[in-house]
Amino acid sequence: MSYLSIEQVRKSFGKTTVLEDVSLGVERGEMVAIFGPSGTGKTVLLRLISGVFGPDAGDVLIGGHSVIARGPEERDVGMAFQNFALYPHLPAFENIASPLRARGLAGAEIERRVRATAELLKIDHVLHHLPRELSNGQKQRTALGRALVREPKVLLLDDPLRNVDAKLRYEMRVELPRLLKRFESTVLYVTQDYKEAMALGERVAVLNQGRFQQVDRPAAIYTRPGRVEIARLFGDPTINLYPCRPAAEADGLAIELFGSRLVLPRAAGETAGRPCLIGLRPEDVQIQLEPAPGAIPVELDAVTPLNVRTVLFLRAADRSEILATCSESVGARFGRGHRQVFMRLDLAKALLFDQASGQHLPAAA
Amino acid sequence: MTEATLWSRLLRPVLLTLVALFFLFPIFWVFLMSFQTNEQILRIPPSLFFSPTLDNYWGLVSGKLVTAAGTLELPFMRNLWNSVVLSTGAVLLSLLLGVPAAYAFARFKFRLGEDIAFTLLSFRFAPPLLVLLPLNLYFQTLGLNDTYIGLIWVYQLITLPLILWIVRGYFEDISPDVEHAYRVDGHGWLKTFLKISIPLARPGIAAAALLSFIFAWNNFVFALILGSSSIQPVTVGALAFVTASGIQYGQIAAAVVLSILPTLTLALYAQRYLVEGLSLGAVKG
Repeated sequence: MSYLSIEQVRKSFGKTTVLEDVSLGVERGEMVAIFGPSGTGKTVLLRLISGVFGPDAGDVLIGGHSVIARGPEERDVGMAFQNFALYPHLPAFENIASPLRARGLAGAEIERRVRATAELLKIDHVLHHLPRELSNGQKQRTALGRALVREPKVLLLDDPLRNVDAKLRYEMRVELPRLLKRFESTVLYVTQDYKEAMALGERVAVLNQGRFQQVDRPAAIYTRPGRVEIARLFGDPTINLYPCRPAAEADGLAIELFGSRLVLPRAAGETAGRPCLIGLRPEDVQIQLEPAPGAIPVELDAVTPLNVRTVLFLRAADRSEILATCSESVGARFGRGHRQVFMRLDLAKALLFDQASGQHLPAAA
Repeated sequence: MTEATLWSRLLRPVLLTLVALFFLFPIFWVFLMSFQTNEQILRIPPSLFFSPTLDNYWGLVSGKLVTAAGTLELPFMRNLWNSVVLSTGAVLLSLLLGVPAAYAFARFKFRLGEDIAFTLLSFRFAPPLLVLLPLNLYFQTLGLNDTYIGLIWVYQLITLPLILWIVRGYFEDISPDVEHAYRVDGHGWLKTFLKISIPLARPGIAAAALLSFIFAWNNFVFALILGSSSIQPVTVGALAFVTASGIQYGQIAAAVVLSILPTLTLALYAQRYLVEGLSLGAVKG
């Protein structure tokens, strides 16, 4: 039995249905990252759990008990809002102390716990400041402190790193899991950044088009995305996708692509003859200057250095565009592009999706 | 560039001084008049130099209006007190009713909500005299004629819509997330309203209260018709200065100065709430 479970929750605002049928179970002490493009209702889902909104249908259970009938103040859920939502007329100390005051703890106990939390978050020197006197990073930590200080059984974090600068974001990505382990809370972490979801979540739940399309370990979502939309959302640069119609062959599954005939090393199964989309991750596309058997000649249009990797823009004989990545040192060999190069594809890692439904078509067993 | 500098360095202070003179000079003149006798006021040409007298103020405080024709009883201090009671009572009642109502209109969408809010505002559109005649009849039947309660009730027509609509806007500007966060922290809705919503809307509440106090203070026609001398405010009481033997300019001036004082004090006191930029920094913009 999951500690926090969301069961077939539906929520509409007027005529727009935001959440259609959402179910998820989270174990005690587990951290699940909820990932989805903007506007998919991630924030709405957290608000349904915290009790700010009520669902149109479905149930939310914490520790096996339905909390739907309870107000937000009776659920013992900690929540950090994306826009911080600090109390502007109260100093940081009172902001953090608020959940403890609500429980009617003694002044000395409140003082001790607020100080301890603030030290952990490195904001103990600004506790007497009003929110408007805090930097964005300090505001974000104050909001986080307010959620953590009560040591809640369920902690909801609504994209807490969205509004802080890049340096702090990286720091917090490292620090946050360490912090959260101390509280042994069940954590839902909402984010729009797939890297953050993969870095922080023990599992990642992909919310799209009103439901969870896939809930799995981060690596599994990347290597075996359940749907073509998920494959598109995870990965930077995005996955290369081309329509194709595979045909069964003796040595595997043959497709017509880039003006060449390619054979995927997998059993035909029921994919043969179906209109499909083939997905090739940019890192599974190798580029070399010399021709080789099996390598496809392509035109290199542009070379874009991107941090430690280099992104290559390629154009095949049939004019389809391909993105590839390589290390910076390899990328240096290609100069600025505009030349003929040769492409080798790691077809064992290619992904096939049904063109009509977008479903992933796993290799037949 | 140079034009802009010339504009802000020279022209602006000059224009500001002109505007200030235009609005403040009458008040300054009235202030001077309040220390002069009727003869000094009416001499031609008028002069800035005179020996000041406190007779006008003394007459108001003692309640004796000395005219050429004799001495008149003048309940000016009583009128002033009535103004304070009526205006303060009306504003307090409006705050008590209007602030929670404004919050409801700002936060919750309910059936006919907009229509109710607009109806309340429309009270300000109707000419007061149209309402007054039927109201006078009702008040006589109900025994509310010539009572503080009756007048404070009618003053709600002035103060309530004002407070409701100004404060509503301020509540709408507060991010609902701040209230949600307080609820999630474990506080009930009433505590959230009192500890979060009201303090954050305080500049708006202060502005609305001040404005409606001024409107109530300056009201004339409601009190003229629905009240007798025992509850009449200064605006109606000032009619007594127009006597059979002439108009008592000096005492009118003194009365004006005295009746400005409460509003002025209130405005100065409320100012620090008006300028409070409290909602800054609540949420990431």
